[in-house]
Amino acid sequence: MRTILHLLAVAALSAGSACVFAAEPASSSTLSTAQAEKARTHWAFIAPAKPAPPASSGKWGRNEIDAFIAARLKPERMEPSPEADRTTLLRRLSLDLVGLPPTPAEVDAFLADRSPGAYSKVVERLLRSPHYGERWGRHWLDAARYADSDGFEKDKARFVWFYRDWVINAFNRDLPYDRFVVEQIAGDLLPDATQDNTVATGFLRNSMVNEEGGVDPEQFRMDAMFDRMEAVGKSVLGLTIQCAQCHTHKFDPITQDEYYRLFAFLNNEHEGSRVVYPPEQLQQVDSLRRQIRAIEAELQHRHPDWEERLARWEASVRDAAAGWQNVETRNAGDNGERFEYFADGSILAGGYAPTQWTAHFRGTNHLARIGAFRLEQLPHPDLPSGGPGRSIRGMAALSEFKVEVESVVQPTNKFTVKFVRAEADFSNAEKPLEAEFDNKSGKTRTYGPIAHAIDGNGNTAWGIDAGPGRRNTARQAVFIPEKPIEVTGGVVLNFHLQQNHGGWNSDDNQNHNLGRFRLSVTTSTNATVDPVPGALRPIVALPRERRSAAQTAALFSHFRTTVPEWKEANERIESLWRQWPEGNTTLTLNPRDEPRMTAVLKRGDWLKPGKTVQAGVPAFMHSLPANADSSRLTFARWLVDRRSPTTARVLVNRVWQQYFGVGLVETPEDFGVQSPAPSHPALLDWLAAEFMDRGWSIKELHRLIVTSATYRQSSRVTPELLAKDPLNRLLGRAPRVRVEGEIIRDIALSASGLLNPQLGGPGVFAPAPDFLFKPPSSYGPFEWVEERGTNRYRRALYTFRRRSTPYPALQNFDVPNADFSCVRRTRSNTPLQALTTLNETLFMESAQALALHTLREGGTSDDQRLVHAFRRVVSRSPTKAEKSELLGLLQRQARRIAEGWINPFELATGRNELPKDLPPGTTPAQLASWTAVSRVLLNLDETITRE
Amino acid sequence: MNRLPLPAEAAEQHRQFLTRRWFFRQCGVGLGGIALNSLLTGSAQAAKPGPAAPLNPLAPRQPHFAPRAKRVIFLFMAGAPSHLELFDYKPELAKWNGKLPPAELLKGYRAAFINPNSTLLGPKFKFARHGRSGAELSELVPHIASVADDLCIVKSMHTDAFNHAPAQIFMSTGSQQFGRPSLGSWTTYGLGCESRNLPSYVVFSTGSKGPSGGSSNWGAGFLPTSYGGTLFRTGAEPVLFLGNPKGIDPALQRDSLDVINHLNQQRLGVVGDPEIAARINAFEMAYRMQSSAPDLMDLSKESKATLAEYGAEPGKPSFANACLLARRLVERDVRFVQIFHEAWDQHGNLAGDLKKNCANTDRPTAALIRDLKRRGLLDDTLVIWGGEFGRTPMVQGGDDGRDHHPNCFSMLLAGGGVKGGLTYGESDEFGFNASRDTVHVHDLNATILHLLGFDHTHLTHRFQGRDFRLTDVHGEVVHKIMA
Repeated sequence: MRTILHLLAVAALSAGSACVFAAEPASSSTLSTAQAEKARTHWAFIAPAKPAPPASSGKWGRNEIDAFIAARLKPERMEPSPEADRTTLLRRLSLDLVGLPPTPAEVDAFLADRSPGAYSKVVERLLRSPHYGERWGRHWLDAARYADSDGFEKDKARFVWFYRDWVINAFNRDLPYDRFVVEQIAGDLLPDATQDNTVATGFLRNSMVNEEGGVDPEQFRMDAMFDRMEAVGKSVLGLTIQCAQCHTHKFDPITQDEYYRLFAFLNNEHEGSRVVYPPEQLQQVDSLRRQIRAIEAELQHRHPDWEERLARWEASVRDAAAGWQNVETRNAGDNGERFEYFADGSILAGGYAPTQWTAHFRGTNHLARIGAFRLEQLPHPDLPSGGPGRSIRGMAALSEFKVEVESVVQPTNKFTVKFVRAEADFSNAEKPLEAEFDNKSGKTRTYGPIAHAIDGNGNTAWGIDAGPGRRNTARQAVFIPEKPIEVTGGVVLNFHLQQNHGGWNSDDNQNHNLGRFRLSVTTSTNATVDPVPGALRPIVALPRERRSAAQTAALFSHFRTTVPEWKEANERIESLWRQWPEGNTTLTLNPRDEPRMTAVLKRGDWLKPGKTVQAGVPAFMHSLPANADSSRLTFARWLVDRRSPTTARVLVNRVWQQYFGVGLVETPEDFGVQSPAPSHPALLDWLAAEFMDRGWSIKELHRLIVTSATYRQSSRVTPELLAKDPLNRLLGRAPRVRVEGEIIRDIALSASGLLNPQLGGPGVFAPAPDFLFKPPSSYGPFEWVEERGTNRYRRALYTFRRRSTPYPALQNFDVPNADFSCVRRTRSNTPLQALTTLNETLFMESAQALALHTLREGGTSDDQRLVHAFRRVVSRSPTKAEKSELLGLLQRQARRIAEGWINPFELATGRNELPKDLPPGTTPAQLASWTAVSRVLLNLDETITRE
Repeated sequence: MNRLPLPAEAAEQHRQFLTRRWFFRQCGVGLGGIALNSLLTGSAQAAKPGPAAPLNPLAPRQPHFAPRAKRVIFLFMAGAPSHLELFDYKPELAKWNGKLPPAELLKGYRAAFINPNSTLLGPKFKFARHGRSGAELSELVPHIASVADDLCIVKSMHTDAFNHAPAQIFMSTGSQQFGRPSLGSWTTYGLGCESRNLPSYVVFSTGSKGPSGGSSNWGAGFLPTSYGGTLFRTGAEPVLFLGNPKGIDPALQRDSLDVINHLNQQRLGVVGDPEIAARINAFEMAYRMQSSAPDLMDLSKESKATLAEYGAEPGKPSFANACLLARRLVERDVRFVQIFHEAWDQHGNLAGDLKKNCANTDRPTAALIRDLKRRGLLDDTLVIWGGEFGRTPMVQGGDDGRDHHPNCFSMLLAGGGVKGGLTYGESDEFGFNASRDTVHVHDLNATILHLLGFDHTHLTHRFQGRDFRLTDVHGEVVHKIMA
């Protein structure tokens, strides 16, 4: 793609084929005759065969790719360009494969290695580099619309960087592309799914989430579904399936029904987060689990009668939870937070999460007497970390539990229940609120024992945080009134659930709210909490012979804690639990037990469901295997079926596009009927087939491309080439392209020696103007705590990606901000870019660091130093004319510094301070004038260009 | 085999390239010389058509037909002001105060926070008729009332969304889904940029918060980045990275740019890539912006009378300052200025907050319209005032709040080919539904594009296999509001 110009051509002042409703709405289930015909004949809808490469007619060419390219050039009477010089080749390879420029030492080594395998050695070295995964993973992350925030008004931080790291790792270990896709769509459904497999499903979770006040969560879940469909269509299939959301596709043979049949595969998910562990913590978790199991096994071994004891205990607690009746309540407050009501009487909170507030629920009850109230907190897979609360860790704090009673018969008869006692099956030890829940009131707010929920003090709460590994499970509390409630004719119960223990910023992850909960009452006046934890109740209810080993083990794990004589073993286990690592959380998918019904939505409007459909695939594409179920796994495997006409083509085309600026098909997102014809159709098919033959290995594809003579050509634009093929679609030369935004920063950091090459981890807050993250630039205040240590100098792809505040130094260079799946970046050339590389903080720090590096290691003469700095930036040595320009600048500015026009300290350090680490024998003035030269070097067109 | 199609622009690019080579090599004009020349001449009109200009994606272009408006100033009252307290007087609503709305009104109605079946709340402020046109306006906006005869008040707006972020994005981009180009981007895409020293599309945010829809409100979406709005601050460094880093004085900056340009020019000679020429051009424009933008922002150059008229104070960020800057921007050929003032989400404290918001916005809005008119700019500058939706006739909370309401709201238009002194459209007696001459957001956008000289159905961009446009598949131009 020849930059922006090509994209915009002219502001398209023609009608074209805008998405239009046909005057007579087409049927949602049938295609026109023309479409049906295209379904059979359009090249991209026929699976690629493997054409034989054209016979080579000359000496040029290193592999099959070149045969295809040469065959296309020949009839145009064009010749391929000569091979680029070795320095250019090395810089090209390095930028292409790892996204970093070669060091001068690497250049020297390559120039010195005259062996025939020198080039391949470099290719292998780069493919082995962990930076390869960062470079190529980034492209996929565009398609996966990866971001570190939710989007919309709140745009809170989200935690899904485990997914980002999964992508980088997948590229580094060359996970075959078919498997790569399967794990991202349905890794959680694979047999014996690992943590990693599940993390991969973050791909579908990268959709935006709206949690502003008053939203209907279902509306935005549907929006997310549309977004997922588009992402899969664009990134994997290369089809604009989203065009069939509102009506049968205008051009491609996809009916609206078929859109919703595909939709049905993805429509059955819970969308929460799960706790995950980085590799070293994962090992620790495994080890702790093993140790706990060993102690329990030892207990069982020492007490062969454990099964009878367990049975006796079960018998003693079997009926302990009887006699409770759910109170069917509904939200009686405003609709800021939204609630879903389940058949089991439980209530799930969603949407906006206020951070300091009281929820009001109202319901009637006709028991003759109410002796006690119960609040159960229940986990749910839609909640963060599985709940039962709504904080990032799935926790909730209940500040006060209040009930007002109204007589049904005589509503003016109203009173507040006075509670005298409360007990809970678990309360955490009293502790102050964590910093994330700070409300800036200056008051000490704590949470702990259940008594806090009835103490009339909103600054204390019931807490259920059992620590890492044990938090996310059901809890319950029972509240005993001073005297039983006896009102003839039934009562209306008004529950006031005060949840004051969130933080000051309701635009951030600071809520501490109930997630899923259930309210019930009993006539009993001496009710207690269930001695059986909520998670185990269903197991106790199972006949012993129908329990799995894991269920029995879970039951035993609790039972052993009730046996006083096992104290020593219990304490040993407890101390192991205390070593449990905190872990992180990441967004994943979880299948629902009961699939949702999928309906064809009239005009794509979620409020207008039409007929229901079953999961299925478009008729023009390859079929599903016989007896396939309607799971995501079926869909995932179908996507990467070798019979898929587009999957392999789309991937090889995108890789090609990264190398050559434009794909063999110019529209990587659309291989449909409307797409422009491929420039080299046979090459595309050959590459696709070869890619699959080589086990869907992306690294193999890279080897193939970068070792071709086509790739190794010079990028020089001669007037002849420009006249014959201005957009270089025929590849009579290598493309010359401005590198991507991330790489521009990485080049500056790398050339200056500042780069911190650490892989993975949470997004980093690289330097950015603070006001961008505060009102009125941002809706809510966002904590962008600028990195002060070496995290400042991480590769740009680790920069925290906040959707509503795109990182300016990257956005200016066309880095997409993940609003939607992007498989083709624009490449603009603007004054704001110039201002960025000239004046932005990290670019200036890079210039200063390069100057220091140059004085330290670049020799003693200005001439040597210039070569040193120049090579660090663009790899080659400067020409004589370039030298004289740059040394002229050096001398002019040295003079101006000497004359006092410029403060050398400021120029060299950004502050009025003596530079640190000044090499012996050099002066601040020298460092300052070299900073001026370094800054110029980092701003050259060549610096940010892959030649 | 067929030749690959050689698009017209590629041929044009080639021609430009040859021209540029000729310019650089044969004429021997140093780039410092070009820069100096540009600085001296100042504006695009005065400068000779530079050889690099046609490579610039922002090169000025002609719209489909003769435009009525050449520029737009959009005062986006984010959070959604209450039409019932400002522009759409409903005496009947006052009578129904405290009563439940008729059931048939609520059929299928969804609300954000309230139970729709909440009692009605009468208007909180008095209205009176103003100007020769007799436009009915609230006592909250006395200054706007003083320019009533320049206003077109549309009382029959309606939209599809009732949550802030989606509704704002819908108003700004014609879609509730993020990622589409904004109205300002489409304008820049269609018209290019006349200013040589400033971005074509400038945005301010002056409310207590940023808009709910965030930067996507002025994003380029899938259009090239250069068409996106540039967020300005009302301070000394309006554009990010505009100021030289510490230690770089103007002479060093100029010297550095000359060396960068010389080296780039040498490289152009070696590799022949026209893109290098575009980069040289970009660096020169960046340099020009470094001096023109601070000059633009310097409100101390305005007369005391002007500052007083707007209520602007140099150096103190405010909506008033932004309005005055908007005038200075359009004077400098900036096409599209948008001021987001997120302040209008009155779920509670309706009366008090409206007073405060109007105190901040009423005077500057009127001053802007008068000032543009005095300078002869109002004729071809379209000024728009309004939010993303309206407020419920029903009460929220006690008796001093209104919830989000998509069915009906009001907007003000002035200048740019719009008929002044016109009240267009009507709502029902409660201000619940737009009832006559209704104007949907898509219609408003189609009309704005029409005033700018575009057929909204033909201003398209091909992306993801289809041609996208601001108005999706909708939009009727409202011809009746045009002068």
